[in-house]
Amino acid sequence: MTVKQLSVFVENRPGRLSAITELLGNAGINIRAMSIADTKDFGILRLIVDDAERSVSVLKKEGCSVTLSNVLVLRIADRPGGLAEAMKVLYGYNISVEYMYAAFINTENNTACLVLRVDDNDKAVTALEEKGYKLLSQDELGL
Amino acid sequence: MGKYWNEKIECMEREEMLALQSQRLVKQVRHVWDNVPYYRKKMEEKGVTPQDIKGVEDLYKLPFLSKADLRDAYPYGLLAKPLSDCVRIHSTSGTTGKRVVAFYTQNDVDMWEDCVARAITAAGGTKDDVCQVAYGYGLFTGGAGLHGGSHKVGCLTLPMSSGNTERQIQFMQDLGATILCCTPSYAAYIGETVKKMGLTPDDLKLKAGIFGAEPWTEEMRQQIQASLGIKAYDIYGLTESSGPGVAFECQCQHGMHINEDNFIAEIIDPETGEVLPDGEKGELVFTSITKEAFPLLRYRTRDICVLTRGKCECGRTLVRMAKPMGRSDDMLIIRGVNVFPSQIESVLLKMHNVSPNYQIVVGRENNTDTFEVRVEITEEMFNDTIRSIEELEKKISQEMLSVLGIKAKIRLVEPNSIPRSEGKAVRVIDNRKLLD
Repeated sequence: MTVKQLSVFVENRPGRLSAITELLGNAGINIRAMSIADTKDFGILRLIVDDAERSVSVLKKEGCSVTLSNVLVLRIADRPGGLAEAMKVLYGYNISVEYMYAAFINTENNTACLVLRVDDNDKAVTALEEKGYKLLSQDELGL
Repeated sequence: MGKYWNEKIECMEREEMLALQSQRLVKQVRHVWDNVPYYRKKMEEKGVTPQDIKGVEDLYKLPFLSKADLRDAYPYGLLAKPLSDCVRIHSTSGTTGKRVVAFYTQNDVDMWEDCVARAITAAGGTKDDVCQVAYGYGLFTGGAGLHGGSHKVGCLTLPMSSGNTERQIQFMQDLGATILCCTPSYAAYIGETVKKMGLTPDDLKLKAGIFGAEPWTEEMRQQIQASLGIKAYDIYGLTESSGPGVAFECQCQHGMHINEDNFIAEIIDPETGEVLPDGEKGELVFTSITKEAFPLLRYRTRDICVLTRGKCECGRTLVRMAKPMGRSDDMLIIRGVNVFPSQIESVLLKMHNVSPNYQIVVGRENNTDTFEVRVEITEEMFNDTIRSIEELEKKISQEMLSVLGIKAKIRLVEPNSIPRSEGKAVRVIDNRKLLD
């Protein structure tokens, strides 16, 4: 159960984020989660959107470098220790997290959603579901 | 279909060519001596008179002309005909602040167009071709030169000029252009745009391209050939000597044949001015032996290249010049190392999946030169993780180091963020000039 994530190459100069987000906004695409990984010269804008395929075509048409990858969107309990428990599950299966960020998606009260990129999606899905965690599907992102 | 435009000249025996050149040179030196006081003075300073020049073997006795002379003599100082006999001017871009204005009589224009006709014929062009001229029209010699040559051959000529790339491609499709003439960087851009428009080379009828006015590499040739489904031919020239057509490539794509009946080529040591034997690398020097209005004798082009004699497989006997490594003006000296932009292009094109759209930015920090090469990221290069991008930057940097002998900072930039040339590409930003 994975979800498509958009990664956009963004140069570090004023106006780039404004331009990219405006493109998506004008196309009626809703951003459900995001993060920026930055270096001195460039950044990677990572986005979970309600329509990944269409976002890619909108951005490519404007000449952006975009790539799609499969990530996990995990629902955890919104209380102290909620994240630690989920991480412990992954650690238990020797799965390493390459990066992770929080999402805006909130499907139930008292929960939080995380976007995770791990080194082995299948293994992580099995491990988390076995422990009763809820992983969101593509269809559940529009909520 | 004729293989040559002027077989007699293009395949002339060496002895006969030397005799023709000698006869024309003697006449030209007299013409210049009589009509160009600026050059006459140079000859007098060197103690040379027209009587001393009896043939090509005496060429070395003549003084050189440089771009500085052209600037000093601007605009009329090197003119050898009354203005009333001139029918046209062309001019260099003057981007380095050294504008050159060249004058043409009708005979000069005819000679020039004849040279270009040889180039188009050598690229397989005949009166049945549709020739799309996407060089800039105007003062620049590219548009006018190829336009005139295309007329001479009898091609249907599409005088597009540069720019409006999607329209170029539309015309190319609708009118079935078979030959494209433009700068190599613009050809590469047209190739990219074809792909971007969702087209393939099969959608075009192009078979050949004649590209010049900029130094370009063998790797770039391969890329253009693949993206447009054509054979790409190099053409060489300079405004000072007429324009494109001084030398041209044949089907063998193995050096450019110099139109020796109009231009005598020499290779000299750029430091000492001494003439070097064929096969040695040095600065290319041209003597125009048929031009009437603007006849430059021993003009130093600052292009670094090699001449090769010996009959070409195409049958032409005209001497061949290798692709210039770059104009010596293009050469950058960074931390004491000579760097030609063409070397950087070559490194990038050799690497898998790396885009050849680059820009060199040189600056100075704490009295040390900074050297950055900006390279546009492509879809193939981009991967979701920072690590992989940084590894790629490192890999390019190592390749550069091994070729240039100097470390460059590689900076990946967004697609299409480096300005595209519709004429000549701006490959170098040297901020040191502002500081000096």
